[in-house]
Amino acid sequence: MLEIKDLHASVDGKEILKGINLQVKAGEVHAIMGPNGSGKSTLASVVAGKDEFEVTQGSVMLEGEDLADSAPEERAHKGVFLSFQYPVEIPGVTVTNFMKTAINESRKGRGQEDMPAKEMLALIKEKAELLEIDRKFLSRSLNEGFSGGEKKRNEIFQMAMLEPKVAILDETDSGLDIDALRIVAGGVNKLRNKDNAVVVITHYQRLLDYIVPDFVHVLYNGKIVKSGGKELALELEEKGYDWIKQEAAV
Amino acid sequence: MAYTEEELKKELETKEYEYGFYTDIDSETFPKGLSEEIVIAISKKKEEPEWMTQWRLDAYRAWLEMEEPDWANVNYEKPNFQNISYYSAPNKKPKYDSIDEVDPELLDTFKRLGISLDEQKKLAGVAVDIVVDSVSVATTFKKTLGEKGIIFCSISEAIREHSALVKKYLGTVVPQKDNYYAALNSAVFSDGSFCYIPKGVRCPMELSTYFRINQAGTGQFERTLVVADEGSYVSYLEGCTAPSRDENQLHAAVVELVAMDHAEIKYSTVQNWYPGNKEGKGGVYNFVTKRGICENSAKISWTQVETGSAVTWKYPSCVLKGDHSIGEFYSIAVTNNFQQADTGTKMIHLGKNTRSTIISKGISAGQSQNSYRGLVQVGSRAENARNFSQCDSLLMGDQCGAHTFPYIEAKNKTAMIEHEATTSKIGEDQIFYCNQRGIDTEKAIALIVNGFSKEVLNKLPMEFAVEAQKLLEISLEGSVG
Repeated sequence: MLEIKDLHASVDGKEILKGINLQVKAGEVHAIMGPNGSGKSTLASVVAGKDEFEVTQGSVMLEGEDLADSAPEERAHKGVFLSFQYPVEIPGVTVTNFMKTAINESRKGRGQEDMPAKEMLALIKEKAELLEIDRKFLSRSLNEGFSGGEKKRNEIFQMAMLEPKVAILDETDSGLDIDALRIVAGGVNKLRNKDNAVVVITHYQRLLDYIVPDFVHVLYNGKIVKSGGKELALELEEKGYDWIKQEAAV
Repeated sequence: MAYTEEELKKELETKEYEYGFYTDIDSETFPKGLSEEIVIAISKKKEEPEWMTQWRLDAYRAWLEMEEPDWANVNYEKPNFQNISYYSAPNKKPKYDSIDEVDPELLDTFKRLGISLDEQKKLAGVAVDIVVDSVSVATTFKKTLGEKGIIFCSISEAIREHSALVKKYLGTVVPQKDNYYAALNSAVFSDGSFCYIPKGVRCPMELSTYFRINQAGTGQFERTLVVADEGSYVSYLEGCTAPSRDENQLHAAVVELVAMDHAEIKYSTVQNWYPGNKEGKGGVYNFVTKRGICENSAKISWTQVETGSAVTWKYPSCVLKGDHSIGEFYSIAVTNNFQQADTGTKMIHLGKNTRSTIISKGISAGQSQNSYRGLVQVGSRAENARNFSQCDSLLMGDQCGAHTFPYIEAKNKTAMIEHEATTSKIGEDQIFYCNQRGIDTEKAIALIVNGFSKEVLNKLPMEFAVEAQKLLEISLEGSVG
């Protein structure tokens, strides 16, 4: 599904990713953990195609297709979704209107007709229920005045609406209380199937109690320095990152 | 490829004026220059009564004594008033009963503007009084209006046919000597619209007028007078576009609104005159005086979407003379490239329990300068006056400017005046967020700008809101992808 090979990326001439290799198959959940500044969010942005980062070496492939020449919106049309760590506010644009635009633009990108309004409304209703989202919430301006939990829930709601092939969740657990975390994780679990994949970027093991990963990778200093099963996350929780840093330094 | 701020700026710069074309219609144009003889000739040409000629001459003489103001936050080359022709009329004079009789070239112009008469006619409830250059060439729906006693015609016709009515109200809101450009307009105004709604009548349709500037070197001096008698209601729409050309064109219009006891006037404008090219050459100078007076419990709402003109200088105002009267001002002003806009409103509270609301949205891109200038004045007898002002600015790129100049003068202790202002910037993060959801940069900007402007767009009549939204998009988006 998603294949990252020897990926190097830099910003303003400074190299942040220093050769990432990652293979994510359909139906899998991968967790990427690591200390602050290790390059986790950069990896998410580079996969989504953010222009600020320059890919100097390596490739990102989605279903065998190199994404190098695809603009961010084209990657989205192909099925890449990024749940932002800090979702932006767009005043005056309602959640519903934003979703309608996003869905129809994606359909247009794939050569499809606009979704009929009736179908759209039904879909919104269905996905809102899945994430226990109040109707009123949908007519509010996108992320404006949203609490941390509302913002993250809204991200997952968008994921549910857009039905991506690969969803990257960047620190989706930050700013969530335990109830919100449960709802958000529950939503993600319901959206998982054999045809899509999820990459969870997180600092803490906590989220992984709810979204159980098949693989855990530790990112440090722009490289994946350790990979393992879900037990690796528990080990990190217990021992912190220092031993990883020491191992990497050797 | 993906978006950077640098690219966005480039896109905005390459945006060309879509309606930049020129229609060659035979017209009768006065020689350039301004003098008492020209003023008299204009009046004669229009077969005006003696009082009108005198009124114009008074204005002209006052204008000669006045100086061009320079307090606005705009820079431009002052017009040479002797190098302007003050009268120009399409020479196929007769009024048309049917659309077939209208000059086909003119109809073609309207089609290219996307405002063909055919379409307009189909839009239920819109009567169109079209001003091409200076003389009305088509009027529709007049009959329906006539049955209600509503008068809606060109001001020239009104001066001839409804002389007493015009004489009673003309200049009562914006006196001849009000300001430099109002005085000039009073002396030489060529045409415009007149509207009278009788007591207790609710005008059954939106009244609209499309203005065009279409003759090289012809100044355009429109004069509009709307009188809503006691308890009546009218919604008036005004929209403008102009062909592209090199030399600056001066436009100095005057709009006067009279809302008598319990009357309501809603006046909406979409302005899209040629803003000059991307080097800042050419474009229309738009120096307009718009003012309304509210008697007891009357209400005036100004809604404007300003995307055009090289230099805009305009403050639609309300004099809240009567008790319990209401004034509203909703504005979106977009500037791009080298455009300059100094616009806002004046709310003059004279009566008791008067209320006013000001919502101003300024959007600046390129190297443009966008200023809000507003005055809220509360007179000593205006007990319990209330005002709420909100001025929001949206910036694109780092070479444009947004300025806010709020003036507050309260002479009554019971006044309550609130002012809120925000400035924000369309950020790369917002664009990237939209991109990531599958929305390309062009669409993303449109979405963000429309969201920003929504409070004002919502105030426009339906058919205008669509046009306005389209205008906002073409004014800012450029030729992406």
